[in-house]
Amino acid sequence: MSTHTNPSTPRERLVVVGNGMAGIRTLEELLAKAPDRYDITVFGAEPHPNYNRIMLSPVLAGEKTFEQIVLNGRDWYEANGIKLLTGDRVEVIDRANRTVTAMSGLTVPYDRLLIATGSTPFIIPVPGATLPGVVGFRDLADVDTMLEAAARGGRAVVIGGGLLGLEAANGLKVKGMDVTVLHLMDTLMERQLDRSAGALLRHELERRGITVLTGADTAEIVGNERVSAVRLKNGQELPADLVVMAVGIRPNTTLGKAAGLACGRGIQVDDAMTTSDPAILSVGECVEHRGQTYGLVAPLFEMAKVAAARLAGGTEAAYTGSVTSTKLKVTGVDVFSAGDFTGGKDCEDIVFRDAARGVYKRVVVKENRILGAVLYGDTKDGGWYFQMLKDGTEVAPVRDTLIFGQSFGGEGTANPKAAVAALPDSAEICGCNGVCKGTIVTAITEKGLSSLDEVRAHTKASASCGSCTGQVEQLLALTLGDGYAGEAKAKPMCKCTDRTHDEVRRAITALNLKSIPDVMQRLEWRTPDGCHHCRPALNYYLLCEWPGEYKDDSRSRYINERVHANIQKDGTYSVVPRMWGGLTSAKELRAIADVVDKFAIPTVKVTGGQRIDLFGVKKEDLPAVWADLNAAGMVSGHAYAKGLRTVKTCVGSEWCRFGTQDSTGLGVKLERMTWGTWTPHKVKLAVSGCPRNCAEATIKDLGVVCVDSGYELHVGGNGGMHVRACDLLVKVETEAEVLEYTGAYMQLYREEARYLERTAPWLERVGLEYVKRRLVDDAEGRAALNARFLFSQSFSQDDPWAERASGSVDRHEFAPLAQVG
Amino acid sequence: MDQSISWITVGSVEDIPRQGSRVVRTAYGDIALFRTVADEVYALEDRCPHAGGPLSQGIVHGARVTCPLHSWVIDLASGEAVGPDEGCAGHCPVRVVDGAVQLGLAAFRPGRGGCGHG
Ligand SMILES: Cc1cc2nc3c(=O)[nH]c(=O)nc-3n(C[C@H](O)[C@H](O)[C@H](O)COP(=O)(O)OP(=O)(O)OC[C@H]3O[C@@H](n4cnc5c(N)ncnc54)[C@H](O)[C@@H]3O)c2cc1C
Ligand code: SF4
Ligand code: SF4
Ligand code: FES
Repeated sequence: MSTHTNPSTPRERLVVVGNGMAGIRTLEELLAKAPDRYDITVFGAEPHPNYNRIMLSPVLAGEKTFEQIVLNGRDWYEANGIKLLTGDRVEVIDRANRTVTAMSGLTVPYDRLLIATGSTPFIIPVPGATLPGVVGFRDLADVDTMLEAAARGGRAVVIGGGLLGLEAANGLKVKGMDVTVLHLMDTLMERQLDRSAGALLRHELERRGITVLTGADTAEIVGNERVSAVRLKNGQELPADLVVMAVGIRPNTTLGKAAGLACGRGIQVDDAMTTSDPAILSVGECVEHRGQTYGLVAPLFEMAKVAAARLAGGTEAAYTGSVTSTKLKVTGVDVFSAGDFTGGKDCEDIVFRDAARGVYKRVVVKENRILGAVLYGDTKDGGWYFQMLKDGTEVAPVRDTLIFGQSFGGEGTANPKAAVAALPDSAEICGCNGVCKGTIVTAITEKGLSSLDEVRAHTKASASCGSCTGQVEQLLALTLGDGYAGEAKAKPMCKCTDRTHDEVRRAITALNLKSIPDVMQRLEWRTPDGCHHCRPALNYYLLCEWPGEYKDDSRSRYINERVHANIQKDGTYSVVPRMWGGLTSAKELRAIADVVDKFAIPTVKVTGGQRIDLFGVKKEDLPAVWADLNAAGMVSGHAYAKGLRTVKTCVGSEWCRFGTQDSTGLGVKLERMTWGTWTPHKVKLAVSGCPRNCAEATIKDLGVVCVDSGYELHVGGNGGMHVRACDLLVKVETEAEVLEYTGAYMQLYREEARYLERTAPWLERVGLEYVKRRLVDDAEGRAALNARFLFSQSFSQDDPWAERASGSVDRHEFAPLAQVG
Repeated sequence: MDQSISWITVGSVEDIPRQGSRVVRTAYGDIALFRTVADEVYALEDRCPHAGGPLSQGIVHGARVTCPLHSWVIDLASGEAVGPDEGCAGHCPVRVVDGAVQLGLAAFRPGRGGCGHG
C-alpha cells in the first residue's frame, strides 16, 4: 500500500514507459526531491522488475545470478506507491487525450509522460538473420537463450568485436562453447581502442581459446530449421549452433514516432529532456540530444538527474551532453577508454608500454589538457584521467609523470628506478625465463656480478627477448650503487625505441610476435605507429621470420617497393623488366619499343646490371605499362627492391673462347631461384665464365667465377660508395652446390643482417670466419638454411606487376582521388 | 576557421588508405590528402619544400610524412619541415563530414620552400 496517499489533494499523474536503467533512475532521483508530487505508473515490456542491464555479462559468464543484479525489487515499487506493470508493452500514446494503452488493453491517463524505451540490437539484414538460434544481447531473455545453447555445448559465432560482442564471447567460452568472434574492422573495439591496445586484447582472447577473425564480413546465416553456419563474403563458412549478433544498437523510437514526436536517430529532446510535446519527457538510449545518442549508462544517469529536477518542478536543470568512458567487463582483462584518443592536429601522444606486465597506456593531450585516454592491463588510473578530461584540468604541472598515474601525479619526482626499487622480491622481471627480482639481486650480490652480460649468463634474465633489459639494468644500479658503470649502449633502432635491431629480431622470434603493432606493444615503442626508420625494418623482419604467414604491410614500405617502380627526381617512375641472366629476345625488345612509343617514354637506358630501364613513366600509367610488358611475357625486374635485383652474366662457354662453364645458363638458374626474395638491402649476383671476370663478379653481394675445375664463390662485394672486393668463400664442383650455397648464404644474410645493411658491411661486422663456419664447415646447417630460403621463396615469387596491372591489388595507388577546379 | 570557406567534397575517408595518401588534382596544383593511423585527415601541397618531392608518396607515421626523395620529415598539420630542416609545404583546410572529405581550396596557402623546379 502506498505510504504517500493523501486523497484531499489530487496528484498529477506520471506514467513511465520503460522499466529500465534510465527510467527508474529518474524515478529514484524524483522521489528524493519530491516524493509526493505524482501518482506514478511504470510499464515494462520485460517480465522483471528493474535490473542492472550492464551486469548481464557477468550473469552470462556465471559470475553473478539474476537476483544479484536486481536494482529495485517489487517491494521498492510498493513502498514508494508506484504501480508497476511488467510484461506489458505500451503500444499507443494518445497525445490528444493524454493516455497510454498497453498490449493488455489497459489504458492509463497521464499529466506527464516519461519515455525511456532504451534501444534494440541492430540485426544485420543478411539472409537467415531471423533463424532460430540467432540472438542479440540485450536482455535477460537473450542471456537465457545463450545459456541454454551453452548447456548443449557446440559452437558459437559472435558477430561483432565490440564491447558487447566480446563480453558475450567470453561468457560463452567460460560456459564451455567453442567461440569465434567475427569482426569487420581490423582492430577489436576500434571505437574504444587504438591498434596497440586492440592487439593486446586480441592476444588475450586468443590465449583464452577464443578465435578472432578480423576483416570478416558476414554474407549469410545458413540453416534450415535453425542456424547451422555463418558464411562470410570471402566464401569461408563457419559452423555454428548459436549466433550472437552484437554489431550495434538502434534507439527504440517506435512508440515516440508513432505518437508523432520529433525523432531523428532517437527521440529528440532539448536540454530540459523535453520532447517536442511539452508534456512528454524522454531519457536514456532512446533519446537524441544535440544530435548525439548514447549507449552507456553514465550519460543516461546525467539525463535522469535533469529530467527528475524538471519533473519536480525546477526550471534550472539542464543537460548539456556527456563525454563518455568505457570499461570492458571481462574478468582479468582490464580495458579502459575515454574521450577522443584518435589524436591529430596539435595533439601529443604520451605512450607508456610495459610489456612484461602487459600494460599499455596512451593519453592524448592537446594544449595541456587531456583529450582522451586508452588504458590496457592497468586501468586503476582511468577515473583520474577521465575526471581531468571532463574538468579540462591543466596537466602541464604533472605532465612529466602523468602517464605513471595518480600516485606519481603532482609530485614530479617519478623515476623508473624507484618503481623497480618498490617491487617485491617475488616480482617477475624476466617473463621469458621466469626470473624474479630476488633471484637477480641475490645473484648480483653473491656472485659479484657487475654487468648485464654477467647477469644474463648467471640468471638468464634478459637473455631471450631482452624486453626486461631496462629493469635488469636498474637492478644492477640499485644493488651496486656507484659501482655500476652502466652498459656501453649499442645504437637503438630509431627514436621510437631503445632496442637495437638485433634485440628486436630476437624478440620477434622469442615472443612469437606477428604484427607491427604487436612488436611495438611488447617492446614498448614510444610512438603510436613508429616512424619511417623502424616501420620498414619491422615489416621486413616479420616477413622474413614468418614466411607465408605474415601479411606484408604496404604502408610500411618505401614508395619504390609499394608501387614496384623507381621514383625519380621529378616524381615520375622508372620501370625495369626482368631479363633472366641478362638474356632477351626480339619479341621482348619489340614489346619494350612498343611500350616506349605508346606511353611516350622519354628515356631508355641500359643499366649497370644489364637490364633495360624505361624512365619518366607517369604514376597513373604504371599499371598499363606493366600490363603491356606482362603480355609479352616479362615480369618485374625488382630494380627498386630491397631484394634480389639482377644476376649479371658474361657469355661464358657458349660463345666465348675463354669460357670454362656455362656462365649465362648458371646465371639464369640463379636468377630463377632467387628472384622475388626480400632482403635487408638490395642484393646483386653475377657469374663470370672464367677468371677474366667480365661480369665483375668479385664486387657483387655474391659472385661466381667459373674455373676449369668448378666454381669459386665470392661474397660480400659492393660496387657502391665504398667499393669492396669480395672475399673467397669456397670452391665447389657442381652447379647444384652453387645453388645450395647461394640459397644458404642469402638466408643467413636475410636472417641475421640488420635492415638496410648490405652484405659488405654485414660481412665485415660478423667476420668471414663466422660465415665460413655457418656455411662451409656446417653442411647440415647449410642445407637447413637453404631449405628455409626455398620455403620462403615458395611464397614470394609472384609478379607484383601482374597483380597490380590486373587491378586486384592497391588499385587506389595509381589514380588521383579527384580532379577539382 | 574562416566561416566563409566554401567546401568541396573530394571523396570519402575510406578512399584514402590508413597511413597512406591520395592526390587531388586542382587548379593550384596537386594536393595530397593524408590519413593517419588514427584516421585524421590532412591536406598538404604535394611538393616537398626541399626539392619538390611528391609527399603523397612518402611513409606516414603519427601526424607526419617522410618525403620519398631525401627523407625530410614534414608535419601534416602545419606543412612545416620537422627538425633541423626548414621549409613549408603549403597546407589546405580540410574537414571530414559524415565520412566525406572536404577541401577548403579557396583558402589554400601554397608553401614556401627551396625548390627551384618550378
Ligand atoms: C549486455 C550489456 C552490457 C552492457 N555493459 C555496459 C557497461 O559496461 N557500461 C555501460 O555504461 N553500459 C553498458 N551497457 C549499456 C547499458 O545497459 C544501457 O546504456 C542502459 O541500460 C540504457 O538504459 P535505458 O533505460 O535507456 O534502456 P534499458 O535499460 O534498455 O531500458 C529500456 C526498457 O524499456 C523497455 N521497453 C521498451 N519499449 C517499451 C514499451 N513500448 N513499453 C514498455 N516497456 C518498453 C525495455 O523492455 C527495457 O526494459 C550494456 C548493455 C548490455 C545489453
Ligand atoms: S669472363 Fe671469361 S668467359 Fe666470361 S666473357 Fe669474359 S673472358 Fe669470356
Ligand atoms: S649513382 Fe645511383 S644514386 Fe647516384 S645518380 Fe646514379 S643512379 Fe642515382
Ligand atoms: S624533395 Fe623532399 S626531401 Fe628532398
